[in-house]
Amino acid sequence: MKRLLVIACISASIFIWSGCGGNTDTPSTKETETSKTASENPSYDPHRGEGKFTKVEIGASVDPVMAENGNKVYGVKCSGCHKLTDEKLVGPGWKGVTTRHSPEWIMNFITNTDEMLNKDPKAQAQLEICLVRMPNQNLSDEDARALYEFQRKNDGVK
Amino acid sequence: MMKILQRNVLYLVAISLLPGIQSCKPKNAGNTVNSDAAGKVYVAPGKYDEYYNFVSGGFSGQLAVYGIPSCRLLRVIPVFSVDPEKGWGYSEETKPMLNTSHGQVPWDDLHHVAMSQTNGEIDGRWVFVNGNNTPRVGRIDLRTFRTAEIIELPNSAGNHSSPFLTENTEYIIAGTRFSVPPDDKNGDVPINTYKQNFKGTISFISVNKDNGNMDIAFQLQCPGVNFDLSHSGKGKSSGWFFFSCYNTEQANTLLEVNASKRDKDFIMAVNWKKAEELIKAGKGRKQAVKYASNRFDERTHTATSTIKNEVAVLDVKDFPELVYLIPCPKSPHGCDVDPTGEYIVGSGKLAALIPVFSFDKIQKAIADKAFEGTYDGVPVIKYEAALYGEVKKPGLGPLHTEFDDRGNAYTSMFVSSEVVKWSLKDLTVLDRVPTYYSVGHLMIPGGDSRKPTGRYLIAYNKITKDRFLPTGPELSQSAQLYDISGDKMQLIMDYPTIGEPHYAQAVSADLIRDKSVKFFKIEDNNNPYVSKGEATAKVVREGNKVHVYMTLIRSHLTPDNIEGIKMGDEVYFHATNIEQDWDVPHGFAIKGALNAELLVMPGETTTLKWVPDRVGMFPMYCTDFCSALHQEMSGYVRVSPAGSNVALNFSTGTNLAKADIPVGPAKSAPGK
Repeated sequence: MKRLLVIACISASIFIWSGCGGNTDTPSTKETETSKTASENPSYDPHRGEGKFTKVEIGASVDPVMAENGNKVYGVKCSGCHKLTDEKLVGPGWKGVTTRHSPEWIMNFITNTDEMLNKDPKAQAQLEICLVRMPNQNLSDEDARALYEFQRKNDGVK
Repeated sequence: MMKILQRNVLYLVAISLLPGIQSCKPKNAGNTVNSDAAGKVYVAPGKYDEYYNFVSGGFSGQLAVYGIPSCRLLRVIPVFSVDPEKGWGYSEETKPMLNTSHGQVPWDDLHHVAMSQTNGEIDGRWVFVNGNNTPRVGRIDLRTFRTAEIIELPNSAGNHSSPFLTENTEYIIAGTRFSVPPDDKNGDVPINTYKQNFKGTISFISVNKDNGNMDIAFQLQCPGVNFDLSHSGKGKSSGWFFFSCYNTEQANTLLEVNASKRDKDFIMAVNWKKAEELIKAGKGRKQAVKYASNRFDERTHTATSTIKNEVAVLDVKDFPELVYLIPCPKSPHGCDVDPTGEYIVGSGKLAALIPVFSFDKIQKAIADKAFEGTYDGVPVIKYEAALYGEVKKPGLGPLHTEFDDRGNAYTSMFVSSEVVKWSLKDLTVLDRVPTYYSVGHLMIPGGDSRKPTGRYLIAYNKITKDRFLPTGPELSQSAQLYDISGDKMQLIMDYPTIGEPHYAQAVSADLIRDKSVKFFKIEDNNNPYVSKGEATAKVVREGNKVHVYMTLIRSHLTPDNIEGIKMGDEVYFHATNIEQDWDVPHGFAIKGALNAELLVMPGETTTLKWVPDRVGMFPMYCTDFCSALHQEMSGYVRVSPAGSNVALNFSTGTNLAKADIPVGPAKSAPGK
């Protein structure tokens, strides 16, 4: 049953995407679609994403303890699919992820994965490339924050 | 075999006693169903059932879970029998669950189901079940819907009168169906010395209030008879336990005839509070025995089997005021206590009436010493002194009784294939409906507790015949759901079951649904072979044992290329599912494995042992469709001859074709 559901969700998200008339080959089209979807659903903030995180306080420099905690969580729950370089494995490589998305978006996506995949244009575009729905790894709020700090460090923030 | 013999004799009795009775198989049973039945059982797609129904799987050895009123099968929980689908009894972690003093027993016959109670009401924590053949009791944890514990019973054979429990789940009771010489006595005696050498043992298994762990608190050594079923007292009778006994003739051959001679056998009343005091006072005789206690640790995801060597035994004839016998007509089967605890219903399967005993009258009879004599040293109360009354002409072959919340009792009639509703107040028959066919147990949600419900009744039947599309000589068994909310019982659903459904219990889904575990936290996984993240995945050789610490996540195995396995090796795949979401199990299988697959829940570690039988290439893969790239979730193990110099090597994603070696183009892209 769930297998069908997964396929159905993937198909549905692809269908919705193409149903909007989007050609997903070029980034510019994606941008157009993103703004279009957002304008159709004004309550949804594609910058922030859907989830409990509305405003994440970020320090000027990396908190080394938090980043190390994030590294540990990465090892157990994320490294199976994400490299720290820009190379795609199952999911996209993490290099530069903090420059592509806001901290709120990232933390909402990794804690509220299914809802984001069902509604967020950028998450759906990524799913279309990877074709494996990102698992919800049931991260705590602290885990999510620590992972973001680890990603910042990985992106060269001192 | 016994059952078949019983059935046959019951048919004979039915035919000979009542030649005029009309056929119990209506020509067109569909006519008995009203047009509004469909609406009563229809649970719309995506909606939930009102009740969880736990149904014995009989000779399948497993426990089935149905949703009521839709009668949809939700799950089969493996208990006493191996289940290759789930790796139950095949994985290294679960093998110890089926250990006994006889060794690994891969099957049993699961008859009865008892949900844990607090203050006489179902509390939704555990389900207890019996293994009838190699005497055992299992405990299923209703947070995980998995078997958490199995305990073996010494001095027993045919654990039928089990597992019934006291009102606060202080004890699970297990009475032996077959009396046998006690385990510390020489069993190598002539079979026809039953009367001298055979004893009937009843086990009181204590249940730890916090974690449910079972231990044999004590045993009662009773006269050599067959204990059939039992129930705890309730309320005022809550310190007592009642057992039906047959074969009080003490026959050891052709029981069909020789155990059916006496007009009355017994209901045995046990003052278990008294037994508890005697044990606390050190009156129990320490007896050397051997039995297995198997527990599954949720943190290590691993079972441990411990062999224990002693029980405390009370010989009931040495302790007056502990046990009394009450005559009960003709081989009583069901022994059921009404919600108030006042009425004890004994259903003599060869009797033409149903006697109802009064707890108050039993107490008075004991005080007045209204005994008609003794049986093997145990006082026998006069029938009339204990009797509240008899239900006259209820039907043929009364077996089991359940109760509703309006003072009614419902008794199954095996021979006449019907359910009979009668009033506890005046013992008159109020209604009867046919079953299809040869009904055994009945079940009303809460129907043996202090707080029964009054909407649904299910009949679990022994014979199916023409109820469903034919499937060759072997048919599934059948059950029927009745609406009992009105004066007249109404058949509303007919459905097949697994194995032979004996007893079942049901409870409102609210009590269980929200406590259901969705996945195991990887942080809490204490399995010694866990891999917490792919960086910890590895392959370790210890002599000829090779341990593969493997992770599973959508959708790849790590490692997925393993070389350097040699003939003579024993390979242990310790598969950890590092997903942390609901309903994302991964399976694991490898070609030629002589056992089964693994089905690994998120956060769990499970181990498959594999002994390669030949040199060559062995694919392994995920068996449970997990993502769009599930078909890619696979790998290879290379097996070389013993003594080969192929080095132990493992990887995922890096073992690529070398450009300078003339091979075909690599099929899979890097980074898969």
